[in-house]
Amino acid sequence: MTTAAALSAGAAVDLPSVSYGQVKQGAAKPYGTDPDLQKVYRPGDLWPLTFDARQIKAAGALADVILPADDLGPAASTLGVVDMLDEWVSAPYDTQQKDRPIILDGLAWIDAESRKRYQKDFADLPESGKTAICDVICDPAKADKEFRTAARFFSKFRALCAGAYYATPDGWKALGYVGNVALASFDGPPPEVLAQLGVEQTVV
Amino acid sequence: MPIITSSKTQPEYDVAIVGSGAGGGQMAFTLTLGGLKCVMLEAGRNYDPATETPMFQTKAQGPLQASRTEDKPFGFYDATVDGGWQVPNEPYTQASDKPEEQFAWWRARMLGGRTNHWGRISLRNGPYDFKPKSRDGLGFDWPISYEDVADYYTKVEMLIGVYGTNTGMENTPSSPDGVLLPPPKGRASELVTQKYAKKVGVPVVPIHRAVLTKPLDWQNIPAKLHPGNAWAQKIVGDSMLQRAACFWATECGRGCSIRANYQSTTVHLPPALATGNLDIVPNAHVREITLGPDGKANGVIYIDKTTGQEARIKAKAVVLAASSGETVRILLNSKSNAFPDGLANRSGLVGKYLMDTIGTGVSGQVPLLENVPPHNEDGAGGSHFYAPWWLYGEQKAGRMDFPRGYHIEMGGSRGMPGGSNPLPDDLGRGAYGRKFKEEARRYYGSFVGYSCRGEMIPNEDCYCDLDPVVKDKWGIPVLRFHWKWAEHELKQVQHAQRTFVAMIEAMGGTVRSRLEADPLKYIENGGKIIHEVGGALMGEAAEKSVCNQWNQTWDVKNLFLCDGTPFPSNADKNPTLTIMALAWRAGDHLLEQARQGNL
Repeated sequence: MTTAAALSAGAAVDLPSVSYGQVKQGAAKPYGTDPDLQKVYRPGDLWPLTFDARQIKAAGALADVILPADDLGPAASTLGVVDMLDEWVSAPYDTQQKDRPIILDGLAWIDAESRKRYQKDFADLPESGKTAICDVICDPAKADKEFRTAARFFSKFRALCAGAYYATPDGWKALGYVGNVALASFDGPPPEVLAQLGVEQTVV
Repeated sequence: MPIITSSKTQPEYDVAIVGSGAGGGQMAFTLTLGGLKCVMLEAGRNYDPATETPMFQTKAQGPLQASRTEDKPFGFYDATVDGGWQVPNEPYTQASDKPEEQFAWWRARMLGGRTNHWGRISLRNGPYDFKPKSRDGLGFDWPISYEDVADYYTKVEMLIGVYGTNTGMENTPSSPDGVLLPPPKGRASELVTQKYAKKVGVPVVPIHRAVLTKPLDWQNIPAKLHPGNAWAQKIVGDSMLQRAACFWATECGRGCSIRANYQSTTVHLPPALATGNLDIVPNAHVREITLGPDGKANGVIYIDKTTGQEARIKAKAVVLAASSGETVRILLNSKSNAFPDGLANRSGLVGKYLMDTIGTGVSGQVPLLENVPPHNEDGAGGSHFYAPWWLYGEQKAGRMDFPRGYHIEMGGSRGMPGGSNPLPDDLGRGAYGRKFKEEARRYYGSFVGYSCRGEMIPNEDCYCDLDPVVKDKWGIPVLRFHWKWAEHELKQVQHAQRTFVAMIEAMGGTVRSRLEADPLKYIENGGKIIHEVGGALMGEAAEKSVCNQWNQTWDVKNLFLCDGTPFPSNADKNPTLTIMALAWRAGDHLLEQARQGNL
């Protein structure tokens, strides 16, 4: 095969004419191949956010149904999860660009569904109303045909919320991650873990 | 001497070293401590792990929870700067458009190159690995044997610090007593894997990795590395003293600001700079090696990326350690009347027999590992255990349908969360609310993954040459990759897949990977394991190889190739330790030549 054919066939070539990390939204620019790794980034620092007030409200309400306050940790909306979702759907990268319409359409759908059923926005429903809607879309494998798209949204939204929630120290606690601290020694799993697993420490 | 700009270079150096990774770093270390004046040319920017490494950053502190993007393909906190599968302005091409014939080329444009983010897995090649053709008739033997390299492996291990144990397993060499640092304790998933893998015949043992599990013996090691040279001992000892032991947090792939793991920028370059014999020029994109009327290399032409201007360096010897791909590209672009097909290419073999490691993986979920009480298993920032290739006996008895072997790397899942969903839909079954949180907690730490890292046989279909059309931003012809797996490799990944399924099932677990029937669908593309070696093989004779046993090109005596290019085979053992051992050996040879006035 010729080089020209390889090029036209979309070979892995980064020619100057092909923009790198394509910007598909107006003002969003990728952070490039040499970003500052020391800096603490907040959603909105790198590219403009998308959500309007109504979307923020709907996203926060749904995030808190999925990850509510309980003895395992605070509610998702109090940990900045909505901002992180907003940053996600606003990002100029392929994965996020694919997720963007799923999330934006889904948030519109859930408010519309809520108004259809209860004449209220999703966020303004009592818990029972919220769960009634969530119950028909929470399992993509079981959702009725008419709710398939909404179920795909719920699945994606839940995954993104969890990805954000568990990225925070409160989320670590909820999951049981206790690392990222300097230790004087590494002692391996404690005795009760070894006992539960039925294994012995083989490195002495 | 320091990190300098193009305008500050000396009129002439003893040695110009192209590349600052494992091979270039080792050569700079060996040669400057041996008294030679060196200049190192690095195509990327200067990089300082002490100030740039994101050591304790949480994923929530990075954009997109530090997820992978096109700009940072290994995640936001990966140490790689200005690199990835594609590098802006520096394209490469593929000869074929078939998905299975693509070669993925990872580059890092930064001081220290790919050593900043690598896995730190540091395995010695064994005696069989230097004589593979003698054993099974395939590929090529090396012109050296294990015994020729053993002492250099030991020296490198003492210098960089490698943890592990001597297992005594076949073709898995032991280090002399006292050389290896203590292995870290096994993690939950590793210990469970070890126990149950035994039931399917797979031996799981501590791995060797270049991480300090205790401080280096800075008072005694330098005298072993540089006997009779008090000046060198002092410099090396001082540098060792500045490296802290691992504090059991943060992944090695981020780099290490306390210098607990090996990266060229924290281990090789500081002592080399302290000699006063090294200048480093970052942003120097080498175009070609220049040839003198005497047939010897006499310098390097490069593009100063900060100005776009061409610059020259004069040197009495040249070391290429730019990675297999870049070294081949530079040789092929160094054309002259004496070498119309590229420098040191009278054999026509430059670019031929490119190799990578065979890769495939299977993941699973293990109920035994559910609901494990929270405990910290960050550990040494990478794997603690692995399974060396264990079926030499079966192979010898003719009971295997492929040659050579693979080792198994493994991962558990109690790492720092964030950026991904801990509870896949099929396990969560629609859970939300408190139920979701409980289920996520239950499954956290119960996922395991096993990876094949195997030996491919060099073949005629895997090579690179210059693309006849495409050039980089500076008008320099780029590489075009040709790639085709042979039956050997496909048979091997089939075996690996069966083995991993058996291991997961022996643990009472469920396979989560989608198991494809066609091995071409699950063997990783060439280059994906980032163990690219070959392209300028060493051998016994000039007509059948590019280098001799000293990494020295047959055609140009003062030109040394000190990355993976001279590898005649690519054992399952990760290549970095061998690159360093061979570079040190080549460096000693170069020093001897210099002493005899042969430069």
